[in-house]
Amino acid sequence: MNKITNNKAWFLVLPVFFIVAISAIIPLMTVVNYSVQDILDPQTRYFVGTEWFKRILTDYRLHEALLRQIGYSLSVLLIEIPLGIGIALTLPRKGWGVSACMVLLALPLLIPWNVVGTIWQIFGRADIGLGGYFLNKIGIDYNYTQSSVAAWLTVLVMDVWHWTSLIVLLCYAGLRSIPDAYYQAAKIDGASRWAVFRFIQLPKMQSVLVIGVLLRFMDSFMIYTEPFVLTGGGPGNATTFLSQYLTRMAVGQFDIGPAAAFSLIYFLIILLVCWVFYTVVMNAGQRGEQ
Amino acid sequence: MSWMAWTPVTAIFFGCVALMLLIMGLWQAASPTIPRRGFLPLVTTRGDRLFISLLGAAYIHLGWLAFTDASIYYASGIAVVWLLVVMRWG
Repeated sequence: MNKITNNKAWFLVLPVFFIVAISAIIPLMTVVNYSVQDILDPQTRYFVGTEWFKRILTDYRLHEALLRQIGYSLSVLLIEIPLGIGIALTLPRKGWGVSACMVLLALPLLIPWNVVGTIWQIFGRADIGLGGYFLNKIGIDYNYTQSSVAAWLTVLVMDVWHWTSLIVLLCYAGLRSIPDAYYQAAKIDGASRWAVFRFIQLPKMQSVLVIGVLLRFMDSFMIYTEPFVLTGGGPGNATTFLSQYLTRMAVGQFDIGPAAAFSLIYFLIILLVCWVFYTVVMNAGQRGEQ
Repeated sequence: MSWMAWTPVTAIFFGCVALMLLIMGLWQAASPTIPRRGFLPLVTTRGDRLFISLLGAAYIHLGWLAFTDASIYYASGIAVVWLLVVMRWG
């Protein structure tokens, strides 16, 4: 049978192409243009070549912020992914409990980032916040405005509270797509609970987990609003992540050229990590299917 | 377009990228790619190899700027060789 090819369908993609061009490609090209110039004002600018890239690549504050960012993103993934899978496995499969759990789990996802930061800023305070007050009452010296460890933990717990639900919902959707026949076959074979998880549930959740990990990695690697509202990057620079450092440079100091070079390096890091992760997981998936 | 702050160098750079995409599109239409495995540890199409070589070229330039003061044109030369090697044997 001959396959009919109709290239007119490409016209249907045009609106998306224009939206992506305006929202992503043209701004990215503009950032590339900025990154090679010293911009004093909109009319006065000088070509400086790769000078800003060299300055950014040898900036020790950037290296520190990058290490903090990598540590933060890894911590987020190491906590949220297993926790999300664990919670998804314990959710009910039928009855009124399903709707109740879905609504409860979706609630944190509906709260805007700056409101989440404000909620945790108040919650963590020892004088008026329930969390801070309780921790101090049981003898833990907790003050996220003075202790780097406390600030880090607060930002981390806040992110876990805000985004674990996303992983839970994705995993739950993956689990619901597994036909009952798989479980019945496993039961007949006398498979253990771990074997069911390892050889049935985990492979079936793989595609949603790829999306979940990518979303959480990119989002945590770009985190800005919550730490900005909660700690303002402090104490010291303890919670100053890459985006906050970048914003300070671009908007605070109006160093457009170096900030543009920084943005491109930031973009290349995210692009590389996401591509490597996506390739590794998809290749593993193809090997698994074979 | 002045708000985009174009310079001759960046205009040439994006012109090359656009030309590359155009040539790849025409090449694909004339002779569709066949996924294959070269020295890279994964099966790749022609487009995959172009993406890998461009990403690699960006990192070659960044590495050059970070670790040496020598002219950036050496990095560009290495990047072109890298691109040809990946496209042919990757």
